[in-house]
Amino acid sequence: MQNEWPLWEVFIRGQHGMSHRHVGSLHAPNAEMAVKNARDVYTRRNEGVSIWVVEAKHITATAPGDKGPLFEPSESKVYRHPTFYDIPDEVGHM
Amino acid sequence: MANVDQQALFQFLLRMGDNTLVLGHRVSEWCGHAPVLEEDIALANTALDLIGQTQFWLGLAGEVEGKGQDADALAFRRDVWDFRNFLICEMPNGDFGQTLMRQFLFDAWASVTLAHLQKSSDERVAGIAAKASKEVAYHLERSSDTIVGLGDGTAESHDRMQAALEYLWPYVGEMFASDDVDANMVAAGIATDPAGLRGEFDAIITRVLTQATLNIPQSTFAHKGGRDGSIHTEHLGHLLTSMQWLQRVYPDASW
Amino acid sequence: MYAQMVKSAGTGVKSREEMTDQERDFQDKIDADIKIEPRDWMPDDYRATLIRQMGQHAHSEIVGQLPEGNWITRAPTLERKAILLAKVQDEAGHGLYLYSAAETLGVTRDELTEMLLDGRMKYSSIFNYPTLNWADIGAVGWLVDGAAIMNQVPLQRTSYGPYSRAMIRICKEESFHQRQGYDAIRKMAEGTVAQKKMAQDALNRLWYPSLMMFGPSDKDSVHSAQSMAWKIKINTNDELRQKFVDQTVPQIKFLGLDLPDDAIVWNEETSQHDYTDPDWNEFFDVIKGNGPCNVDRLAARNKAWDDGAWVREGLMVHAQKKAAAKLAAE
Repeated sequence: MQNEWPLWEVFIRGQHGMSHRHVGSLHAPNAEMAVKNARDVYTRRNEGVSIWVVEAKHITATAPGDKGPLFEPSESKVYRHPTFYDIPDEVGHM
Repeated sequence: MANVDQQALFQFLLRMGDNTLVLGHRVSEWCGHAPVLEEDIALANTALDLIGQTQFWLGLAGEVEGKGQDADALAFRRDVWDFRNFLICEMPNGDFGQTLMRQFLFDAWASVTLAHLQKSSDERVAGIAAKASKEVAYHLERSSDTIVGLGDGTAESHDRMQAALEYLWPYVGEMFASDDVDANMVAAGIATDPAGLRGEFDAIITRVLTQATLNIPQSTFAHKGGRDGSIHTEHLGHLLTSMQWLQRVYPDASW
Repeated sequence: MYAQMVKSAGTGVKSREEMTDQERDFQDKIDADIKIEPRDWMPDDYRATLIRQMGQHAHSEIVGQLPEGNWITRAPTLERKAILLAKVQDEAGHGLYLYSAAETLGVTRDELTEMLLDGRMKYSSIFNYPTLNWADIGAVGWLVDGAAIMNQVPLQRTSYGPYSRAMIRICKEESFHQRQGYDAIRKMAEGTVAQKKMAQDALNRLWYPSLMMFGPSDKDSVHSAQSMAWKIKINTNDELRQKFVDQTVPQIKFLGLDLPDDAIVWNEETSQHDYTDPDWNEFFDVIKGNGPCNVDRLAARNKAWDDGAWVREGLMVHAQKKAAAKLAAE
């Protein structure tokens, strides 16, 4: 089947103030229909207030093999986390 | 509302509720059989909205009638001659194109009608219309897109959509034919005269059908008899036969 | 179980010594409950087995629309009609989620569909049984969805990320299915003599087919070990079947219906119910295509697919025209 509708990734904002989250994918002939299909497929239970769709082939992702160089260097930067610092109780909330 | 003719109001509400009941039933027949999963799910959403609207319209109809009939009693225990839906709603699904064309023509009528009904002097009617019009706005958007996509798609899809339009066209006029019930509703400020809505309807369908590269038939001939129950098509009886079967065979059961 | 008798690809579970370094790392991740994601390395057999299992699972959802869809136009009240329609629509949604998850493994939905339509891929045997009276709709929700949930809840922890996430979403939606089914059949069991008869008939007919959903007995189930090592199968068939019987028997009693199997009895020693195994010859017949509805189910799916070809094609061609026009305008 050479004419299969392209695959779209669907992102939904669940509530006001939240970010869009990936919820799944679907097929649609174009972006407009993808948004409508996403509304019909992924918000049947009142799950969303906003929808993004992007054609799956347009997503650029990190390679699993690069996990080490990409993400491990930040593991040792413990001083970036607030819990690294001891603040005496007397100082109060900080 | 003492001066409103309750019998006319009842008839008006039956018309609203029977349209959504019968059309919702037709659309629900697609479940599990649509051309692609996304359309299957979308059609079911449309049917669910229509069934929900039916519960409101027929529920109110039963109240106005005042004989203790609820929406289910009205839906499942009346015979063909008591139904007040447009003939177009009971027409068979045919292929997907025919179903969508029927849906589009109905959606266009419903969106125009409900917009006016939101200003109804009867708050109950205005309330149902307000809720339904949001659903219908989406139905119309979706069916319009599909009509344009299929009309201006392949040669085959174009021909099928043109055939569907020609098949259904003689059933459009009935949606705008006014009678005494309408006159009563207009006098009471409950509804607008359907005849006066044709212009808005034509504007919508002309825009969409033109984009769809479809030719609007010139004929003004209109079948009628659905909304006053005087002469339905043969199709309605078969629809009711399956829809009402359990309630008819087991009248003393509750479900 | 919606994915019965999925044959694991490959030659069986390898010992650590037999594994390559890559395979060992892969198995370590699974043992540590780290999810495998689409672009991660995975053994070809893992990929092939998952495609089979998720494909079969998805097909079951889609074919599963048909027996229940059989009653949508005859639902006895507006509310029951809406509930049933919403429920069958959910099955389409679940099929869609599962096809999407399978697509991350490099197969398209159309390819999977073609394999369903020409019989190369299977779907759950349960959907080859007919729905004959309105109580069947209750029984399907209660028993069939009940059995499915029993299988799907543990699958939320399955090793393949997209499959696990699809199962989480499905389980969340599925919880209303079983409850609406029980609610519908309860109304029948408490209703008129005729309604009660329908309820009993539905239970009797669907009981053994429901037990078959978990697949053949563990002693005859040769493909489980590898799938369990890969965590794409979490419990054995017999474990889940027993759990299902133990859960369902009190629910039958609550309805006041007769047990569908005279041999069902509480066994103090094992602390579980004894019951009669389904007729496995019948099961294998159904799998081979000889169930009461196999031919009709596949014919219905093929008709929907063939009749819909011009729609899929038409909308796609229109989208291409529009895209081309937009490009030309730029």
